[in-house]
Amino acid sequence: MSFQPLHFYQTGTFTVGNRLLSDKDRTVQADIGRTNSLNSGHRACQGCGEALGARFAIDAAMNAARGRLIAANATGCLEVFSTPYPETSWQIPWIHSLFGNTAAVATGIAAAIKVKRQKGEMGDVRVVAQGGDGGTTDIGFGCLSGMFERNDDVLYICYDNGGYMNTGVQRSSATPPAARTATTMPVGPEPGNAFGQGKFVPAIAMAHEIPYVATATVAGLHDLEYKVTKAMGMRGARYIHILVPCPLGWGAASQDTIKLARLAKETGVFPVFEAEHGEVTGVLKIRRQQPVEEYLKLQKRYAHLFGKKPAVETIARLQAAADKNIRKYGLLDQEAN
Amino acid sequence: MLKQTEGSHAVAEAVALCRPEVVCAYPISPQTHIVEGLGEMVKAGDVENCEFINVESEFAAMSVAIGSSAAGARTYTATASQGLLFMVEAVFNASGLGLPIVMTVANRAIGAPINIWNDHSDSLSQRDSGWIQLFAETNQEALDLHIQAFKLAEEVSLPVMVCMDGFILTHAYERVDVPSQEQVDSFLPPYEPRQVLDPKNPVSIGAMVGPEAFAEVRYLAHAKQMQALELIPKMAEQFKAVFGRESGGLTHSYLTDDADTIVVAMGSVLGTIKDTVDEMRAAGEKIGVLGITSYRPFPIESVRAALQNAQRVVVLEKSLAVGIGGILSTDVRMAMSGLQLHGHTVVAGLGGRAITRKSLRALFAKAARGELEHLSFLDLDWNVINKQLERERATRRSGPAAESMLRDVGVIAARIG
Repeated sequence: MSFQPLHFYQTGTFTVGNRLLSDKDRTVQADIGRTNSLNSGHRACQGCGEALGARFAIDAAMNAARGRLIAANATGCLEVFSTPYPETSWQIPWIHSLFGNTAAVATGIAAAIKVKRQKGEMGDVRVVAQGGDGGTTDIGFGCLSGMFERNDDVLYICYDNGGYMNTGVQRSSATPPAARTATTMPVGPEPGNAFGQGKFVPAIAMAHEIPYVATATVAGLHDLEYKVTKAMGMRGARYIHILVPCPLGWGAASQDTIKLARLAKETGVFPVFEAEHGEVTGVLKIRRQQPVEEYLKLQKRYAHLFGKKPAVETIARLQAAADKNIRKYGLLDQEAN
Repeated sequence: MLKQTEGSHAVAEAVALCRPEVVCAYPISPQTHIVEGLGEMVKAGDVENCEFINVESEFAAMSVAIGSSAAGARTYTATASQGLLFMVEAVFNASGLGLPIVMTVANRAIGAPINIWNDHSDSLSQRDSGWIQLFAETNQEALDLHIQAFKLAEEVSLPVMVCMDGFILTHAYERVDVPSQEQVDSFLPPYEPRQVLDPKNPVSIGAMVGPEAFAEVRYLAHAKQMQALELIPKMAEQFKAVFGRESGGLTHSYLTDDADTIVVAMGSVLGTIKDTVDEMRAAGEKIGVLGITSYRPFPIESVRAALQNAQRVVVLEKSLAVGIGGILSTDVRMAMSGLQLHGHTVVAGLGGRAITRKSLRALFAKAARGELEHLSFLDLDWNVINKQLERERATRRSGPAAESMLRDVGVIAARIG
């Protein structure tokens, strides 16, 4: 197919459409040659951020691996909605073993490929592992850390929607403070998750000093594809942590998935950066800073903060946490301050 | 080639001869020498094209094995005791996915109380995991069974555990005949997977299966074990043709044809039992032994055929099903159903307690006199047990039981004989 060369000018928007870009700068997703690795027809909810994230990430990985890619998948939404057999959405070789062992399964696949290549029985096939935040930051964390410290040749992608959504919205160690889940309700005075708990796995991945760690959101397609492509250009253990809004678990409108992902970044709630061998090498700057309320108020999981008596102090603590991210990762340009 | 070597090293040599492509290693006694031996051989270049991976847990060991096997590599690991229990979720997954992984289990007790010595609690706890389980009687058989295990696993696409008694076999230096690479190559063809993760022909493996097909998929696992039941004796014959010795098979009978009393057991204790039987035979006692090599699939017909002319059966097992008694004996009873036989379960050798000829002789004589209970425990120290039971009756906060009982036993507790 030939493309009509057109020239547009941006007027006051930060949206960069593909049509504004040269062919080589266009996304994999915009390419008619994209592999549709996670094909249509799956059973994800309307507006599922994980389905979008997986589609973007795996197509980009397939593009980088020239179609030679094997994926290992943790138990969770992505696994369940993509393989309602006899139907499967996966156009690539794909294996689901357990909830907590995906990184190790991927290590095994990579080891087999290495041996098969030595024997001349196989070309250069690459391996990705993927799971949700529960499968990554909680139950699969031991295997993930093992894969990291051995520097196995695996790209692990975590789709973080801040909870166990497949089982009905329970708390994980990636559930943010003040967010309400079915299992934060019974503990503590507030319905939301306690402050001072949880872990930010990208930072822990960096502590392993693996070749590449990055965060991304489904609002930044170019950035996400750039990071996946960059990761695929490297060897050893690599980790990409993608924020994927969950309309069901967050109590958000299906059409707000991209908006919420963008607000998470623009408020500083979710820092978007990349790091090599344990050092931050780049951040995606906030373009137009927003107060955290703009992000929170679209989500029913924070509705308890916005009743007749708004929880001003809690919101201030969330703002402070976002501000800390902004300082720590340098998310604002100096001149913007 | 005849060698005087440690059981673990003999197994490592056997596995190396099988040309494994991925070996996952995590240390746990008494298995560790096996993967150490393999590691040395990989390093020395004696095993070509093999990835040796140091994992962070047994759960990871089996998970890495799942990945590599699904990607078409011949895969091996070894474990024992707590390690086997730690990997259980992946153990069931490997068999459910039909991946022909071979794993040595250096049989060891399960805690608490923590105990590193031999019994069969670990692999028997995986009775229903869908793995084939073969029990070695000697170091030679342990070596031979590993070679057969890869062939068996790959023919039926099921994982196989080769079970060998921890320390008693793994750490014993004995003479073994280590076959040549040519012999093993002629017996064991390269691995041709039924399913493989291949970008040229993408498949999805591990999809959710609902009520519409789950029973059928599970039945297939049973059907494959039934195929293995047919295959195991044939494989032992093929093995004999290539290697010139009897090894493997479903069961081994010893002096059972005219026996009134038949002792059923698994593993290295069969040697002690046979010695005892020889003594008793010399004294005119009609007693024989049935050794079970294939615990899963369980050879019901073969066991039944061996037992049907006896008057009583004594199942001597190194395992305890708390709340009922025996584990192996439950299966033996199944094979005996309809036969008019007296059945006895004897729990022996737990946590490395030595099983002596003296104790066995007294036990078998008691059985022959018709005085043996339905369920008994060999060489149990009733004083220690009664003292603890009394302590618990008398005092609510009686303290940790194992520690109290050790105190009662005194400093000779270190004596395991």
